Amino acid sequence: MTVATAPTEAAPAVESYLTVNNIEVIYDHVILVLKGVSLNVPKGKIVALLGANGAGKTTTLKAISNLLRAERGDVTKGSVEFKGRRVDQLSPNELVKRGVIQVMEGRHCFAHLTLEENLLTGAYTRSISRGELKQSLEKVYHYFPRLKTRRGSQAGYTSGGEQQMCVIGRALMARPEMILLDEPSMGLAPQIVEEIFEIVKGLNGQENVSFLLAEQNTMMALRYADFGYILENGRVVMEGGAEGLRTNEDVKEFYLGISSSGRKSFKDIKHYRRRKRWLS
Amino acid sequence: MQFFLEVLIGGLLSGVMYALVALGFVLIYKASGVFNFAQGAMVYLAALSVVGCMEKGAPLWLAIILAFVIMTLFGIATEKFVLRKLVNQPPIALFMATIGLAFFIEGLAPMVFGSDPRALDLGIVDEPIPAILDAWGIVISKFDLVAAGVAALLVTTLALFFQYTRIGRALRAVADDHQAALSIGIPLQHIWAIVWGIAGFVALVAGLMWGARNGVQFALTFTALKALPVLIIGGFTSVPGAIVGGLLIGASEKLAEIYLPPVMQSLFGGNFGGIEGWFPYVLALFFLLVRPEGLFGEKHIDRV
Ligand SMILES: Nc1ncnc2c1ncn2[C@@H]1O[C@H](COP(=O)(O)OP(=O)(O)O)[C@@H](O)[C@H]1O
Ligand SMILES: [Mg+2]
Repeated sequence: MTVATAPTEAAPAVESYLTVNNIEVIYDHVILVLKGVSLNVPKGKIVALLGANGAGKTTTLKAISNLLRAERGDVTKGSVEFKGRRVDQLSPNELVKRGVIQVMEGRHCFAHLTLEENLLTGAYTRSISRGELKQSLEKVYHYFPRLKTRRGSQAGYTSGGEQQMCVIGRALMARPEMILLDEPSMGLAPQIVEEIFEIVKGLNGQENVSFLLAEQNTMMALRYADFGYILENGRVVMEGGAEGLRTNEDVKEFYLGISSSGRKSFKDIKHYRRRKRWLS
Repeated sequence: MQFFLEVLIGGLLSGVMYALVALGFVLIYKASGVFNFAQGAMVYLAALSVVGCMEKGAPLWLAIILAFVIMTLFGIATEKFVLRKLVNQPPIALFMATIGLAFFIEGLAPMVFGSDPRALDLGIVDEPIPAILDAWGIVISKFDLVAAGVAALLVTTLALFFQYTRIGRALRAVADDHQAALSIGIPLQHIWAIVWGIAGFVALVAGLMWGARNGVQFALTFTALKALPVLIIGGFTSVPGAIVGGLLIGASEKLAEIYLPPVMQSLFGGNFGGIEGWFPYVLALFFLLVRPEGLFGEKHIDRV
């Protein structure tokens, strides 16, 4: 694979950017968690990775960012390419330098550092002057004005929303092209979630940062994403444009619990059973 | 009163040296969660390297530089060949590894540099400072005061380094959350190697001070044991804790040594010498009961 832009017959002429080819992940040498996941993030887009708790979203993101090894996880099959080059053997440090960075779920701020110090650590991989550092910092503060007002507070004592902004801002300090964002909405009030998603959309539009966004909050994610993949038990069971997925009856029924005939449990849905049969 | 002050100040100054050893522990423990049992052995190795190099003809300044190189290489090698193999292992495995490391040093260092006790002359005399003696009538050793000054300089430098430099911030970040540090591209192994290098440097300073005061001998490794009560009192994760704990231990053991025996004798009869030897441990035990996280133990910040 030398020419990244060469059009292939099967796929539409989408420039290959982040490509995950049929990866399989095993934890602790025995627990098979991903059973062949493939996905694509085109340049400048937001792609949502949806699915219930335990479906394998986090594992997929960590397989891409190479953070699995620290958790005794292994990619045993498949490959990951970024801009046409294999990246699955790189260390997280090298990958961040290439422009791919993960924001982990659970708001991992450095609790004893101030918000500003947290942001500064984000620029660790860049060898830049004091002036450039200041400039990057101001850019982050432009998107997250709340971080600026609380810049001197210890991160551990800030609110959940501020911590989420802090970890996204910290990732931005590395000047990434691609952010793997894991469950930013987890445990936050709806209006904060909205605020954060608006900022993500802004970063996507103005800074041209692409996002792979893992979310359980399906409806919210599909409102902001361009494409979506739905994971179930370590497999992609559905994919498509965000608009299409949002209006798809199956998606509405399984993941949002709404349908024309009111709420239903998974068991009662015939499409679901049909698809189950087809999958197994 | 003068005598009391003299004992107190003497105790505080010797406490500075305990603090230096404890500081090495704290740095490594904070950054990598490893309780480095070998810190005492590293102090011994550092002091032995200095006298060893001097015996082979190097002047003092060169011997110190060479010892610094040895300690840094040793720290990096430890990270690379011992700890890196044990990533993801439980803390107890890492602790055991550092015990092994301590034995390794204690065996190897005397083979290279000789095992007989030797004096280390830094050119600072251990005698009372005349000006203070004349003005207040208190005996304060010049050597102790220089040692305290060096320790203060070291601690200030480290504090500035941690607070304001890129690497220093990264060290604190790693101490807070390995996973998150890894995710933003901080190479943990470099950071750990740097921490071991710094701990080696701190061991060198401690080794110079202890070695000059008590001679360079195997007994130096036991200083590590005195650092344990210091850590319990100050808190395992706190640099200020190591300093205050060290001062507290130093002062209280000297005061106890002087003032406790008469009291104990009148209560129980008999002879109470050598209180200095066990008093720190009793104090530590007391702290364990009353304030187990230590004076400055970092409170765990719960996420909201
Ligand atoms: N470190 C691990 N060791 C073993 N199993 C794991 C580990 N991490 C996750 N798993 C398992 O992998 C599956 C997928 O988890 P995860 O990727 O976290 O899902 P999601 O992010 O979609 O909630 C779950 O069944 C989980 O129990
Ligand atoms: Mg998850």
